[in-house]
Amino acid sequence: MQPDQESTANSLSRDNLDRPAAGENTQQFITFTLGSEEYGIDIMVVREIKGWTETTMIPNAPTHVRGVINLRGVIVPIFDLRARFGMGLTATTTMHVVIIVATGTRTIGLLVDTVSDIISVDPKSIRPVPEMGLPKEDQFLDGLVAMEDRMVTLVSLAGLFDKPTDSVKRTHSGEVAAAIAA
Amino acid sequence: MSINSEGEGDPLTQFRKTYFEECGELLDALQTNLDFLLNGSGDEETVNAVFRSVHSIKGGAGAFGFTALVAFSHVFESLLDAMRERKISATPDVMQMLLRASDALADIVGAARDEHQLAADFGADIVAVMEEALVSASEAVAGTRPAQAATTEGIQVSGERRYRIAFTPHSEMLQKANEPLLLIRQLRKLGGLAVEVDSSRLPLLGVIEPEAAYLSWVFTLETGVPQSTIHEVFEFVEDDCDLKIEDISGVAAVVPQIDQAANPVVLAAVKKPVETATAPSTPPQSIRVDVDKVDRLVNLVGELVITQAMLIEQGSLLPTDQYPALLHGIEALAQSARELQESVMAIRAQPVKSVFARMPRIVRDLAATLSKEVRIVTAGEMTEIDKTVIEQLNDPLTHMIRNALDHGIESPDARVAAGKPRQGTINLSAAQRGGRIVIEVSDDGRGVNREKVLSKARDRGLVAPGATLSDEEIDNLIFLPAFSTADVVSNVSGRGVGMDVVKRNVQSLCGRINVQSKFGAGSRFTLSLPLTLAVVDGMVVSVGKETFIIPLTAIIESLRPLAADIHPVVGRGDVLALRGEYLPLTHLHKCFSIADSITDPCRGIVIVVQSESAGRIGVLVDELLGQQQVVVKSLEANYDPVDGISGATILGNGRVALILDIASLREIDGRAGVQELTASRTRQTETCDSNEEATDAA
Amino acid sequence: MAKRILTVDDSKTMRDMVSFTLRKAGFEVGEAEDGKVALTVLAGSKFDLIITDLNMPNMDGISLIKNVRAGSQHRAVPILILTTESDSTKKADGKAAGATGWLVKPFSPEKLVELVQRVCP
Repeated sequence: MQPDQESTANSLSRDNLDRPAAGENTQQFITFTLGSEEYGIDIMVVREIKGWTETTMIPNAPTHVRGVINLRGVIVPIFDLRARFGMGLTATTTMHVVIIVATGTRTIGLLVDTVSDIISVDPKSIRPVPEMGLPKEDQFLDGLVAMEDRMVTLVSLAGLFDKPTDSVKRTHSGEVAAAIAA
Repeated sequence: MSINSEGEGDPLTQFRKTYFEECGELLDALQTNLDFLLNGSGDEETVNAVFRSVHSIKGGAGAFGFTALVAFSHVFESLLDAMRERKISATPDVMQMLLRASDALADIVGAARDEHQLAADFGADIVAVMEEALVSASEAVAGTRPAQAATTEGIQVSGERRYRIAFTPHSEMLQKANEPLLLIRQLRKLGGLAVEVDSSRLPLLGVIEPEAAYLSWVFTLETGVPQSTIHEVFEFVEDDCDLKIEDISGVAAVVPQIDQAANPVVLAAVKKPVETATAPSTPPQSIRVDVDKVDRLVNLVGELVITQAMLIEQGSLLPTDQYPALLHGIEALAQSARELQESVMAIRAQPVKSVFARMPRIVRDLAATLSKEVRIVTAGEMTEIDKTVIEQLNDPLTHMIRNALDHGIESPDARVAAGKPRQGTINLSAAQRGGRIVIEVSDDGRGVNREKVLSKARDRGLVAPGATLSDEEIDNLIFLPAFSTADVVSNVSGRGVGMDVVKRNVQSLCGRINVQSKFGAGSRFTLSLPLTLAVVDGMVVSVGKETFIIPLTAIIESLRPLAADIHPVVGRGDVLALRGEYLPLTHLHKCFSIADSITDPCRGIVIVVQSESAGRIGVLVDELLGQQQVVVKSLEANYDPVDGISGATILGNGRVALILDIASLREIDGRAGVQELTASRTRQTETCDSNEEATDAA
Repeated sequence: MAKRILTVDDSKTMRDMVSFTLRKAGFEVGEAEDGKVALTVLAGSKFDLIITDLNMPNMDGISLIKNVRAGSQHRAVPILILTTESDSTKKADGKAAGATGWLVKPFSPEKLVELVQRVCP
């Protein structure tokens, strides 16, 4: 239909992607990039991959919530992963990618730079994330996996958006009144 | 959806889902029929229906290897079979046993479906009771219930009827490989069968055509199964034969021979989806449709409404005299679209029965735990309401009923002392009234203790000291958060989960709830829900680059104020003077932190809106973009509730626009002043009221 | 001598499920993925019952039934069709073409076996 609808050129449905063989004990991940870092997310939660389109902003939402889009009649919020990881807001272009994932009963979109690949990983080769950096970040990193020439950091949805701080903050009316009246 | 490689594992697994769906329906039907038997309106056919439900569950269980389920349902089935054969009669004790068995059966089915383990001896006590009943039944009946051979001519075993079946196959029947012999064998399984064949049409061997049909039969069948079961035997061939089945029980017929028959087992050939004993004579035609298909239809129709709204808008830009036919067409389209939408929403409407049906069990379990005697009476189960609403009704209803049991109904002794019957009664009813669905949950328990409630509210500062409240206002205090009159937090109703949660649940469905109570006599909760939530007439406005929708029914008027009419108030922002009134002015761009918008009210538009809880306010926007009918989409399905926003919609250009919620907007604006006491409605009802009025206006 | 049943359906899962269930019940089961293949199989060996779906590529169920009834080898063999509940015209077409009986989808394995034993004991 219009800007928010997926255009076939920009979106890839999972079935079209070349799939490396899944063996008995492997887990598959879709890998994506944020800047020079590569991350992976469990393929089982990924529903769709589409190009970035303008969102409708949600008032008073945290910075990493870019807004909502119309995905074939359903309102889906888009989260800027770079911002969520504390690395600043993404300067979006039409080349940026949104990964639509299903978590529990919700469908949400993750804004990333590019989607690279599908990898098959033996769960035994996933290494735990080392104890370093901000504790907040660790909560949504599921592990590290060494591929031939790079490290892929595995991301877990559960950690990313469960916390109440990530949902809309209910501003206490008193505080806002003071701010406005000032 | 999944990417498991095909062909692995048990090919039957894909049928699990269907099986458990069927089990759900069978268990519901089982419950309904047991209720009929309990209140005395059941009959022989009801017992048969109950038997068939358990029989079908057992059958599937065997195929999937659910051994615990098979074992349990087997005993249950045997018991029911004995009841069908009148070896065991439906005494109150037996009925209790059946109820316990059906509850246990539901649990075992649930465990199989959710793949969790039950205790190894789960249900063992009920099984023991059932087996004991079976043993004493067979002892009592030994020798009197023959294997059919002793039944003599003309004597009918009580409960059985005699049927005369005239059957003449046509050659078409044989050509389709249906064999009379097989049909006769089926009939034999139903009871005592006598067979007479008429071979008068049979020609001489030389001229016989092998594929023609020359024989006809008259069967006399003595059976306890209903006539419909006999028909079922012939279901494949009814078009290709002459068939007449008559009930001749009143006639003392002389039956030359009665064949040996096996136990009269009901042959459930093609199972009907839901069996009820007292169903109306011709049940309405229905088809099964995947929920996904209906949802897709609803979405598509919603988009149709959006598109036609856009057409209306564009059409309004055309000079009216130049394209009369086009404009007329657009109007007709709008009308059709609206009717289509209503029809589609009606498809999603389902009887509340599915939710009501779970309540008797909850009452039974809880009453037992609390050592109280309580019964539940339901009415209006066939009242229809949108499917999504039904699913969400379960929690609030369950909670209210548990509440009634826990806090409302007194112990049997206390009731007797108060001059009430030992057994408490909970009434659950649903009805359509004035474009809304009204659900009532009432009990004859102790009612709301107003003194206690009022003093607690005063203690917590929820009521201003010295304020006087009407009885009803005091009763409705119980909906305030964290309010509980129980001195001990009861394990049963849940810690800290109070009526405020119920109220929020109901409000998220655009519903209203209130309570009326008489101390000592009981309480009545009334839930009022809209029929459909779908469509709203809205005013499209812009603030900076953002577009919002304000429900039309909330709008009183809109204007561009003069500088003289705007007065700043210390510590409170601006007010607008309008015809002698002073309205607080809400700057949307401030509430929502929107840049590049009009900040001077005299350069923008002020929309005067009215809300139940917030009174009249003025909302400052940049521009009015037009009026539009919008389909309400949930923001909360995939996100969280947002203050100031009640939902979202998709505009004709495909973009998302948020729908404003006036009451919570005021909260953001920092001007509290909502008196919770008098208003039993809060934020969601703004959109809801306009929905309601929109539908009413349709 | 076990009875031999031919299941005709373009869905492998359906064929698998039917074969599995009927073999467990003591029948021998053959498979074909559409009407055309079914006819070839039927020409090669004798079956005691045919269970067929109606919607298949190359040759659908109705045509299969007509062909079987017009042929010589299997024209007296019972044929069961698989229908969906709302498919009343298809069911009527099936009957008219010569089907012996029908089974409504979705069906439980138990129902399938009961029905098979009813027309082909």
